[in-house]
Amino acid sequence: MTARKRMGNIGIFIILAILALFMIMPVYLTVIMSVKPIQEMFIFPPKLYVTEPTLSNYTAMFRICSGEHVPFSRYVFNSVFVTVAVTIMQVVFSSMAAFCLAKVKFPGAKLINALIVAALLYQSNVIYIMQYMVLAKMGLVNKIAALILPAAASPICIFLMRQAISQMPDSVIESAKVDGAGLFRICWQVVMPNQKPALMTLVIFTFQAAWNIQGGSVIFDESLKTLPTVVMQASAAGLSRAGVAMAAAVFMLVPPVIIFMLAERHVIETMAHSGLKE
Amino acid sequence: MDNAPLRKTLVSIKKNKSAYLMLLPFMLFFTLFTIIPVLMSMPIGFTDFNMVQFPQFVGLSNYSALFLSDKIFMQSVRVTLVSAIFTGPVSYVLCFLIAWLINEMRPKLRTIFTLIFYIPSMSSVYTVWQLIFSGDSHGYINAFLLNTGIITSPVQWLTDARYVLLVTIVVQMYLSLGTGFLALRAGFQNIDRTWYEAGAIEGIKNRWQELIYITIPAMTPQLMFAAVMQIVSAFAAGTVSQNLLGFPSTDYKAHTIMNHAYDYGWIRYEMGYASAICMILFVVMYFLNRLVGRLLRKYMD
Repeated sequence: MTARKRMGNIGIFIILAILALFMIMPVYLTVIMSVKPIQEMFIFPPKLYVTEPTLSNYTAMFRICSGEHVPFSRYVFNSVFVTVAVTIMQVVFSSMAAFCLAKVKFPGAKLINALIVAALLYQSNVIYIMQYMVLAKMGLVNKIAALILPAAASPICIFLMRQAISQMPDSVIESAKVDGAGLFRICWQVVMPNQKPALMTLVIFTFQAAWNIQGGSVIFDESLKTLPTVVMQASAAGLSRAGVAMAAAVFMLVPPVIIFMLAERHVIETMAHSGLKE
Repeated sequence: MDNAPLRKTLVSIKKNKSAYLMLLPFMLFFTLFTIIPVLMSMPIGFTDFNMVQFPQFVGLSNYSALFLSDKIFMQSVRVTLVSAIFTGPVSYVLCFLIAWLINEMRPKLRTIFTLIFYIPSMSSVYTVWQLIFSGDSHGYINAFLLNTGIITSPVQWLTDARYVLLVTIVVQMYLSLGTGFLALRAGFQNIDRTWYEAGAIEGIKNRWQELIYITIPAMTPQLMFAAVMQIVSAFAAGTVSQNLLGFPSTDYKAHTIMNHAYDYGWIRYEMGYASAICMILFVVMYFLNRLVGRLLRKYMD
């Protein structure tokens, strides 16, 4: 490494550190405020630290969220179930479909690609009404499937995967074909092991989106509601419940961060021995 | 002699059959819950629909009303364009630069920085922003500015018509960094290390040349993905101002097109009119997307 390059690295580190400080600030404030007792919450000037940390905001959150009819663990179970189901379906379905769209030429591929991009760009709240009508026709309203199935195939995920797979050299796939491998095997044994960075990005996106599914308009039974729905209710009382809102935010943030860390480890591993050559 | 082409078609049909099978699960759910709802909602813009009675066809009157008599809509177009300039291109370049800089770091540091830059996208809590921009002296920004003597009385960041758009743009940029950034980062990691070695032999001297001649061309697909995501988040913005400032914002100063659609759809139950607004937004984003795609392809050649 030349001296010039080392200087450059230090410079980059300083720039990133300053930006990172700015980025982490609101998250840091959220965490700090979630352990602040009420008397420290509104003092002037506002403090960036806490003198007497307390977990009372967290216990208050659990207390408010545990309704008379349904224990808190029920919401946790619902959310975990929905999140795991959506993530598995999304990752498996999108990667298979994305591989075909990126690397197999078949009639209809162009149309499907155009539909995916159009769906990505069409933002309208009317869609939810129509989605509700589809769910109602299928008899899925107020069933847990109403939270899972609409989230199982998103245009964002397939678009992300298709873009990543399209980068792979065709020769790798051709040589696998020569070896007699079918499309299904090529997809899972040749393509996907080399697409770990994209796959992990997909897992992070999907998990996070699924973890935040509320579904207030398709689920009416208290026993089928998910965590974000109840946590939102607990923290929706303006600034007077700011502490509880912060606690809820930190609580909801933990699982996606854990998934992020696990996924990240995979990405780094692939980086270490990535040996895909043209 | 006839056998060869015939066999070729048979083989390709067979090959395609497994491709269709692999597409099936995705296409099933995608059709049911995305394509059908989108196709069903597009014509609603040409109707008068209050969600109770069956939609009444009204031709182009929603569209003519939007452009000819709805002053607030024109205001929302201006607001959306101004905020899109910052949350679109500026945020896009920032995403790319940050992803690139992080990629130059050692793996351990890389993980830490990635987490720090991505965490805001995972926690979208507006309460903390309300406390930061709070209009009394307890707000973090007001307290800081008061203490340093830059201002003498608290600024009403969330209600003063002069600042609401600025505040919205700042928070929006902060929250929108995530998706594009993470996708770009995966792109950096897909680049074959040997290309850089080959580049060094061919006379590439520094990071900038590496970036321009090797990295960017190799990342076209991810750049395209990030561009689409930025277009969507910049033009379909609206939740930030709604959650932060309440609805509507002071003097409609932070009123985006999506806010306008929300107003007509969920407050006035004029779904036809709301659909027409969304349709216009879709057309604009569609052409922008094609333009960006063309520009990127041109640059790569």
